[in-house]
Amino acid sequence: MTTTLPAYDEVVARYEPVIGLETHVELGTNTKMWCGCPTDFGGEPNTRVCPVCLGLPGSLPVANKAAIEATIRIGLALNCSIAQWCRFARKNYFYPDMPKNFQISQYDEPLCFEGYLDVEVNGETVRIGIERVHLEEDTGKTLHVGGATGRIHGATESLVDYNRAGIPLVEIVTKPIPGTGALAPEVARAYVTELRDVLRSLGVSDVRMEEGSLRCDVNTSLNLPGAEWGTRTETKNVNSLRSVERAVRSEMLRQASVLDAGGRITQETRHFHEDTGDTTPGRSKETATDYRYFPEPDLVPIAPDPAWVAELKAALPELPRLHRRRLQEAWGLSDLDMQSVLNAGAVELIEATVAAGATPAAARKWWLGELSRRANETGVELADVGATPAQVAELQGLVDAGKLNDKLARTVLEGVVAGEGTPTEIMTNRNLEVVSDTGALTAAVDEAIAANPGIADKIRSGKVAAAGALVGAVMKTTRGQADAKTVRELILARLGA
Amino acid sequence: MTDLTKLTAVEIAGLVASGETSAVEVTQAHLDRIAAVDGRVNAFLHVDTEGALAAAREVDTRRAAGAELGPLAGVPVAVKDVLTTKGVPTTVGSKILEGWRPPYDSTIVQRLRAAGTVMLGKTNMDEFAMGSSTEYSAYGPSRNPWDTDRIPGGSGGGSAAALAAYEAPLAIGSDTGGSIRQPGAVTGTVGAKPTYGGTSRYGLVAFSSSLDTPGPCARTVLDAALLHEAIGGHDPRDSTSIAAPVPDVVAAAKLGATGDLTGVRLGIVTEFGGEGAEPGVMAAFNEAVDTLTKLGAEIVEISCPNFGYALPAYYLIAPSECSSNLARFDGVRFGLRVGDDGNRSLEEVMSLTREAGFGPEVKRRIMIGTYALSSGYYDAYYGQAQKVRTLITRDFTAAFERVDALISPTTPFVAFPLGARTSDPYQMYLADLFTIPTNLYGGPGISVPCGLADGLPVGLQVMAPTMADDRMYRVAAALESAVGTLTPPVL
Repeated sequence: MTTTLPAYDEVVARYEPVIGLETHVELGTNTKMWCGCPTDFGGEPNTRVCPVCLGLPGSLPVANKAAIEATIRIGLALNCSIAQWCRFARKNYFYPDMPKNFQISQYDEPLCFEGYLDVEVNGETVRIGIERVHLEEDTGKTLHVGGATGRIHGATESLVDYNRAGIPLVEIVTKPIPGTGALAPEVARAYVTELRDVLRSLGVSDVRMEEGSLRCDVNTSLNLPGAEWGTRTETKNVNSLRSVERAVRSEMLRQASVLDAGGRITQETRHFHEDTGDTTPGRSKETATDYRYFPEPDLVPIAPDPAWVAELKAALPELPRLHRRRLQEAWGLSDLDMQSVLNAGAVELIEATVAAGATPAAARKWWLGELSRRANETGVELADVGATPAQVAELQGLVDAGKLNDKLARTVLEGVVAGEGTPTEIMTNRNLEVVSDTGALTAAVDEAIAANPGIADKIRSGKVAAAGALVGAVMKTTRGQADAKTVRELILARLGA
Repeated sequence: MTDLTKLTAVEIAGLVASGETSAVEVTQAHLDRIAAVDGRVNAFLHVDTEGALAAAREVDTRRAAGAELGPLAGVPVAVKDVLTTKGVPTTVGSKILEGWRPPYDSTIVQRLRAAGTVMLGKTNMDEFAMGSSTEYSAYGPSRNPWDTDRIPGGSGGGSAAALAAYEAPLAIGSDTGGSIRQPGAVTGTVGAKPTYGGTSRYGLVAFSSSLDTPGPCARTVLDAALLHEAIGGHDPRDSTSIAAPVPDVVAAAKLGATGDLTGVRLGIVTEFGGEGAEPGVMAAFNEAVDTLTKLGAEIVEISCPNFGYALPAYYLIAPSECSSNLARFDGVRFGLRVGDDGNRSLEEVMSLTREAGFGPEVKRRIMIGTYALSSGYYDAYYGQAQKVRTLITRDFTAAFERVDALISPTTPFVAFPLGARTSDPYQMYLADLFTIPTNLYGGPGISVPCGLADGLPVGLQVMAPTMADDRMYRVAAALESAVGTLTPPVL
């Protein structure tokens, strides 16, 4: 497309966006939803399968209680009502990575419904309505080989791996979110971030977007102020927090350019492209499959005992928002400082770094400074920048022990991010430790004095400030590994100043 | 020497236990019988000679070692080809599964092995259990040993024919709308549909999940009860399986065999009389009612006003579920694959496979079910049928407040000639008119021989409340004690 997109601030001045998010979470249960096969990621294709998750003739599903429990806990954490009685339903459509050619899901009787999640954006609390939380099964994965693009068109063979088939999947659907204006992309990102944190605090999933255990579809529409909501599109393949924000923004810009030109938005599924940051159309919803939902006759209804639900509610862990408030107090941060920590996605990283022995101030300095800069440059999430909290704490320990100065520590950190090893290993292997041997330093100082007689004379005559030039020379010969303060003292002592 | 194939299961087990004969001898006798007559009966789709003899040898070895044998140890059994058998072909009577050897045993088959029975092979059936004559089998129809130009009933006609032809003393069937009871009736054998959830569906290739019920077939009521006891009971791999002990059906059959039904109240369903059934069938049924009265039963007439809607409700619910259950037969993971020449799309291969692999009746039901579940029609068809199902359940519940069990003819007509009803599906569907209400309700039903009409067997159906399977065995055994078992002309 060669259309020039309008400027974002112009778009939000003319149109009001409405967004909505559907999130799929693979639960971290030990076994699959309907059988005893293990759920762990990886493994040779089709090694974690049995007659049930392969959908062989005659096999039957039996619901995994741990998955039902996890779903109810998610519902409770999202302030939902829990159904007293509900059923699974079959969603019928043909696809080779779906062994039975129907997906066991939930239709008009979700396990959890009518909740909300509060998220903070620019210090403001935005309440996101939760429409439903339901339980279903994941599909297998199809790999198209032989084609130029790895896509189905032009492929000579399609290979299916059913290891993922039948892994419990929870779908969390928000109500439409109007009224966020220019902040819509950030609200979307803040919601998914908060949801991820809630899910992690519950321990129900490893919520790794890059491995697909947390997957997000983003609905976006635009309308003129005061007018009815516009036609929405559903953007799939949004696989990182950053992409959630980018996808909303990109879709707002695209829709605005269509509307500006007098066009109409087509209700459709679109695919987000990480590389270009824009979306392209998928299948049109107007010709959507009729899924022929009906209650799953192979499974009995779920009727959670209210006493059990009450027990689960009472045993919920401290949720991230409250947890963060406690951390802010413990770390002694202002609201503004805490907000910058949040914006950087650094709360848990700093918390873990502090737990590994660093002071809150030092931990914050590394994560918000050097590492955030790097993450921005390379376009990755801070957590994926390449350094772990334990490594950062170890690095700070070396600084505190006087073995590294600030500049050297940054060099070591580069090595850590590059995967060269632990901070101590890198310091040793690259010979970066601060030179504290005064004998070696004295030789370097004498050499600098001899090489710069004019400056030495100035210092001798009392112009102590000139010492800086000699310090620089010594630091150069010691490749920055000397402690600048020690060098300065040695120079002044040598020249009797 | 005794002809081992003419004995009941109880007699065979006794001879094996006492050492008067061996399980291998019994098995060989039945294998010989199959070899001699099955060319004319076509009861079996697959005979597992080696597996059967190995199982028999194991029973003999265990007996020799002094192990305690169960009440059916060493008794041969024929298994309807709807149940998965590990390593043994399982076709469901369809071309789409031709040659498929399942990697796992169904729960029923596991329990048969655990009971020391000897599986002879897999029996013929209407494709995916859809039919009442075995004429919809992709492998040719089975024939009724009473008259080989007539149908043996269906869908489990192979199992019933195997019993009537003395090819096996016991058989397993599955009953979705009458597929155990109607073949039992037209072959003069006993067929029982347990309470839904009383026998495990794990490994039963699904036709209609909310109706399918595996169950026992035999030549006597007591044999059927013993087989019921062996295969019944809770299975954690079937979540619709009932977590309660199997009613004591064996004790009930023995009690019934004393011929005393004093204090038992039986209801005749008034809606099942009249023009729906052949006069010969009604005559045999009425005579059986007199017999039951003489045995001490109190007979009352009971109206079940919604039973008239059972057939149309069934022909929405069963096809709807089947349209979804049969979606997995797509050529991707098992069974037939057609058109995979490297040029066609996956969708085309799936479509060609299903086109070639399914027969006309299966396709008809998939299409009806797909339509009934589709958006905009669901409420009018599937939703409405479920409401009718609730009304039928209420009819049963109300009836069982007044009587212990309900009785009716099992099927409106005796075995009809091959080809007589294949051109009009509705005429075929009518064969299950009296058996379908029980499936919609989920209760147990049994067919027991009650006499002959024009030289062909007629069955009487006893229907009991859910989880009261013992009641129907008592009534059936009492009738059997008075009428006797029907002996088909030996082929």
